[in-house]
Amino acid sequence: MEKFFRRNFAGYAFLAPWLIGFFLLALGPIVASLYLSFTKYNIVRPPQWIGLDNYFYMFQFDDRFKKALQVTFTFVVISVPAKLIFALAVAMALDKGVRAIGWYRALFYLPSILGGSIAVAILWRQLFDYNGVINAVVRWFGIDGPYWLSDPRYSLWTLIVLAAWQFGSPMLIFLAGLRAIPNDLYEAAEIDAAGPVRKFFAITVPLLAPVIFFNLVLQMIEAFKSFSGAFVISGGAGAPLDSLLFFTVYLYNEAFQFLRMGYASALAWVLLLIIALFTAIAFWTSKYWVHYENERG
Amino acid sequence: MVSVTLNEVRKAYAGHPVIHGIDLEIRSGEFLVLVGPSGCGKSTLLRMIAGLEEITDGTIAIGDRIVNDLSASQRNLSMVFQSYALYPHMSVRKNLAFGLGNLRMARPEIERRVAEAARILQIEELLERKPRQLSGGQKQRVAIGRAIVREPQLFLFDEPLSNLDAELRVQMRVELASLYNRLGTTMIYVTHDQTEAMTMATRIAVLNKGRLEQVGTPFELYNHPRNLFVASFIGSPKMNLLQAEVGADGRAELAGLGHLTLPAGITTRGKITLGVRPEHLVPGGSDGDLELPGKVSLVEYLGSEVFLYVLLSTGQTVLAQAPGNAPFRKDDPITLALRSDDIHLFDAAGLRLERAQA
Ligand SMILES: Nc1ncnc2c1ncn2[C@@H]1O[C@H](COP(=O)(O)OP(=O)(O)O)[C@@H](O)[C@H]1O
Ligand SMILES: [Mg+2]
Repeated sequence: MEKFFRRNFAGYAFLAPWLIGFFLLALGPIVASLYLSFTKYNIVRPPQWIGLDNYFYMFQFDDRFKKALQVTFTFVVISVPAKLIFALAVAMALDKGVRAIGWYRALFYLPSILGGSIAVAILWRQLFDYNGVINAVVRWFGIDGPYWLSDPRYSLWTLIVLAAWQFGSPMLIFLAGLRAIPNDLYEAAEIDAAGPVRKFFAITVPLLAPVIFFNLVLQMIEAFKSFSGAFVISGGAGAPLDSLLFFTVYLYNEAFQFLRMGYASALAWVLLLIIALFTAIAFWTSKYWVHYENERG
Repeated sequence: MVSVTLNEVRKAYAGHPVIHGIDLEIRSGEFLVLVGPSGCGKSTLLRMIAGLEEITDGTIAIGDRIVNDLSASQRNLSMVFQSYALYPHMSVRKNLAFGLGNLRMARPEIERRVAEAARILQIEELLERKPRQLSGGQKQRVAIGRAIVREPQLFLFDEPLSNLDAELRVQMRVELASLYNRLGTTMIYVTHDQTEAMTMATRIAVLNKGRLEQVGTPFELYNHPRNLFVASFIGSPKMNLLQAEVGADGRAELAGLGHLTLPAGITTRGKITLGVRPEHLVPGGSDGDLELPGKVSLVEYLGSEVFLYVLLSTGQTVLAQAPGNAPFRKDDPITLALRSDDIHLFDAAGLRLERAQA
């Protein structure tokens, strides 16, 4: 044992910064939050063990929790496919078109870097303001644009558009996936009298399936966790009328506005389980539609 | 069955010409092999015929229909790719049926054709497998099967055997030849391997740097190569080339090796090249028109025959072929005899010098 440690000391020494960071900054808080979710804790007084009460309350009485779930699910179910379809369309256009596209790629990727930031959320809020640029454009066509952000009928859609606009990273992954499909398959299909639609569904989609799956899982997780856009645009509270009450926004409110740390921890664990459940479902169904080239069988 | 006519066909990639005006008539029912060194434009030419590559200039007609503006699928042809290009996510059966389905053929007819092709190519027990579960040779058969189910009027092959090992290549060569005999469909076959060309073709077109060097039967190309390029490209092992100078007396002087009286009808003077195939350099022969002294530097024993690498007194190495039981060993002194009837002559520009017809 001692020998083993001495021999591998250098290795552990190099690992140490990461290990310390992991235990202190990641694992520690995770374990702590699991404990806190079974307590009542408002920072001022020490945590008080209440068993599963937080969870019972959440599922039985908390209407805002239900609203937050509904908003988040709607957002995930619409924004993820929209973003992926948009990303794939752009990737296909880039794959076909100009080959020297370093600049274009940077240009298309930019929204993804900026998109998650507070600055862009603020910019977005101004664009979609009733007196903002979007309505100014709409007005040229003689239409009086709605209150995009403060009308609960439109506010979530504005955020969905903002999410789809951050298509850069799935787009780049799609582009790499498209490049990996040998061109002679398309040529063989061309000789086999397949039109563009047939080529897309019979060649591109099945051969891209592992990449589509990867992007789907990644984006789904991201969408469940999405926070900053909703936080800024909803004024931090899920307004108007809780129409932007994303799960994360609700959690933030419970934790830092009402200082219900125990309850917020329980919410965080429920979100984690929801994400885990959906990821598991995605993996489980994938064996029916994702075929990996190097797999035996 | 259909003929294919290429008329002044050119191809340029971004202004760079790679095919420089090809005129070629491929007759109906012919097995034409397009052969040439790698990079000479064979694939480009074939892909233009297939409709996968735009034709920069000139016309291509299949039958009497000019196809320049027709898409690949409208040309009623099949193509076998070097990489096989099998659809990796489809079973062999689906690979074979894919094109027929796209043509909206009736189910029973598709099944009949797939079964028929599978029977011909002996891949019936592979029909439910995916391409990754097949060996190279099996993939090759499936690729050919996918071509024949279409029952096209024209087959195109782009180096279909070059990913196979040597033994399998010989076997597939025989099978392709018998497939051709059975179907009788016009075939255009691209390869860089002159042995494939010689063994399978009814006619060979030799391509070099985007130009046709010669078109003819394997016999014509071997025995009457039109220029030095064809002479040294066709035939394995290669033809020996010797430099000579024709004097005023009409005799060729091979520096350091002696004189040779040229066959009747050759009137050229000055520098020429003599071409002699290895089988026409007779080791130990004494009845030749010229005898070349040298030393055996390497012996390649192949059983029925033996190839002798002979270092001549001029420092040049030539290759001679002898029967397998010939008694030569490395470092033996040797004399190679050649007859002037057997030599090929090329002028300073590399063009064949025709002798008077006997
Ligand atoms: N898509 C392309 N773009 C530019 N040049 C090409 C392209 N395809 C082929 N070439 C060039 O054309 C020439 C002929 O290529 P190819 O027809 O593939 O040769 P071969 O099949 O005889 O080996 C080569 O010099 C190659 O570099
Ligand atoms: Mg090629």
